[in-house]
Amino acid sequence: MIDSVDERHGKVCVSTAAALRLQTGCRRMWLERSDEHPSSPGGGVTPCPTSGGERGGSAQRDADGRSTTPNGGGGRCPAVELTFTQMSQHGPHTNDLPRAGGHTQTISVTIDPIRTIALRKIYHSGRREVRAVDGVDLAVDEGQFFGLLGPNGAGKSTIIGMLTTRVLPTSGVAQVYGVDVVSSPARVKQLLGVATQANTLDRSLTVAENLEFHCRYYGIRAREARRRARELLEQFHLMERADAMVSHLSGGMAQRLMVARALAHRPPVLFLDEPTSGIDPQSRINLWDILRDLHKNGQTILLTTHYMEEADALCERVAIIDHGRILADNSPDELKRSIGTDAVLTVLYDGDAAAIARGLEGFPGLRRVEQDGSTLRLVTADTGDVIGRLVELGTAAGRQVRNVTSIPPSLESVFLTLTGREYRE
Amino acid sequence: MTIEALPHQLVRPRKTTLPTFMALLSRDIRVLRREFGMFLVRLVMQPLLFVFVFVYVLPKIGGGFEVSGNPNVTFATILVPGLLAVSVNFQGLQAVALPLVREFSWSKEIEDRVLAPVRVWVVGFEKIMVGVFQSLIAAAIVLPVTYFVHAPGQAPHLEPNWPLFVIVLVFSSLLVSAVGLLLGTIIDPNKISLLFSVVLLPVTFLGCVYYPWSALRPIPWLQVLVCFNPLVYISEGFRWALTPQIGHMPAWAITLALVAGSAALTVLSLRTFTRRVVTI
Repeated sequence: MIDSVDERHGKVCVSTAAALRLQTGCRRMWLERSDEHPSSPGGGVTPCPTSGGERGGSAQRDADGRSTTPNGGGGRCPAVELTFTQMSQHGPHTNDLPRAGGHTQTISVTIDPIRTIALRKIYHSGRREVRAVDGVDLAVDEGQFFGLLGPNGAGKSTIIGMLTTRVLPTSGVAQVYGVDVVSSPARVKQLLGVATQANTLDRSLTVAENLEFHCRYYGIRAREARRRARELLEQFHLMERADAMVSHLSGGMAQRLMVARALAHRPPVLFLDEPTSGIDPQSRINLWDILRDLHKNGQTILLTTHYMEEADALCERVAIIDHGRILADNSPDELKRSIGTDAVLTVLYDGDAAAIARGLEGFPGLRRVEQDGSTLRLVTADTGDVIGRLVELGTAAGRQVRNVTSIPPSLESVFLTLTGREYRE
Repeated sequence: MTIEALPHQLVRPRKTTLPTFMALLSRDIRVLRREFGMFLVRLVMQPLLFVFVFVYVLPKIGGGFEVSGNPNVTFATILVPGLLAVSVNFQGLQAVALPLVREFSWSKEIEDRVLAPVRVWVVGFEKIMVGVFQSLIAAAIVLPVTYFVHAPGQAPHLEPNWPLFVIVLVFSSLLVSAVGLLLGTIIDPNKISLLFSVVLLPVTFLGCVYYPWSALRPIPWLQVLVCFNPLVYISEGFRWALTPQIGHMPAWAITLALVAGSAALTVLSLRTFTRRVVTI
């Protein structure tokens, strides 16, 4: 089943058979070994059979049609954890197995629900080149609530557009469950539920019909589609409006219906592009509750938002994106910790603060100082000490502090630390 | 060596092209059924008023038309294939272009429709098929209207070749629906009103609807010019199938225009649609 092994880069290439077993429908895949640990009981470490690109011919198949190596069992063999990295559409077609050195080896394969490698989208407007997405690597785990956070125009929607087959990447790879978005868009669309920023509900249909026909687009039979529509209407508290035309719904209801519709065919991955922008605070909170429930039930969700608090409240992992690049990618708590920030202080003096900024150079715990006329903006690990110093330096320079604002660690301070500028929504 | 721990057992993308296509189609038929009253009024009004005024009122008040100096050919005989062509053209074009312009512009519904799990061109093709379907209904309704509404002595004289009629009807419907998809894709929503004044009106008046193409012989430049109008081939195709006795364009020209034209326009419109939907 394994075609070749690239030890140096830790890559194993599996053939079509494996691809079919993984039910992703792609012809050939590259898998990358990410972890190696002794697993099987017994004595003596046997070198991992996946070495030097060996190929052996003596493959057998078990009752399920699985490929197995001969002389399985016995001794110790490192199990190899493989993660998906890249797919190639070309190459030899073979079911050969590497020689397992007399051992059966178990490979557990993890294919990320969402994976992008060096994803790029460049638009040309006249002679100008606009890098909307500039080399984005993403890997979203099964069941993860992943947030793409960035200001408007950062490239979030373009990334979603590429992953949902509506925008063609200029270069790089984008896959959903290992299925390439460019070569197999129809298959990718089977795996997605999408709620876009704009209200794209079918205005010619009623609320219930929107859900029913959506199910049917995904090959669900009419009777089952109607049943599923009723179930969703209950779940999303829309039953009362089932027969209303969608143009009569309020903004919050329309948004709920969009999310319900995106989930109607039970997609493994849910994409939400700015789902709460432009809806009232109450509807936003309702939608947050729904999304939290979905996440609890194991739904993989990729959410884009320009609301810091939304990413902070909902997402397990957040990628901060600006100018088409990912600046940081971690859990919100880790991101806040990683910048070692206690707070972002904004200090207003009664005159030019350049001398004070110079005086702060080398102050312990101070990560960044920006001076703009009479305003100083400090990113610091220790607020207490620095405030005393600010007053001292101010007095020495003949300046008085007029105002001090302190923002506790937040994704906003992370953004500020990473980009050196204020977050613009 | 075995592969274990399959990732997400439920992840099983399968091809659903036909069920998806049928679901898209049944959605459009549901909408059509809901608006059938409006559809009928929109469809019947123009041909009904036309035959009423020109084949009933005018002959009654002594202002009837005589075509090509042949008193044996009633104006109704000219009008039946002509008005049929106009209805098929108008219905197919409108059924595809108007909703599409809306879906592309303010409603943005197209963004959702193209997420249906099929190739984007399938979504476009379904729209063409809806246009074809509506054109066929239009023909089925307008043909009896134009046949039965006339003043005494003004009855149209048809010598129909029904198999040929069906073939001409199907290809004509395909042609106009493909044009509908093309126009619906490229037209600026703010200029939708121009669709009527710049496209539909000249196409109709210069589409050999109210006169056969052969009758244009005294104006040779116009006879050549109208050959660029697809409606001419539809009108003449229906004349070939329904009223061959009054003469029509050469059969090869009609066949070539309808078959090759509909194939080429279908391909072109689907490509344009796909390009508009997927950002390259």
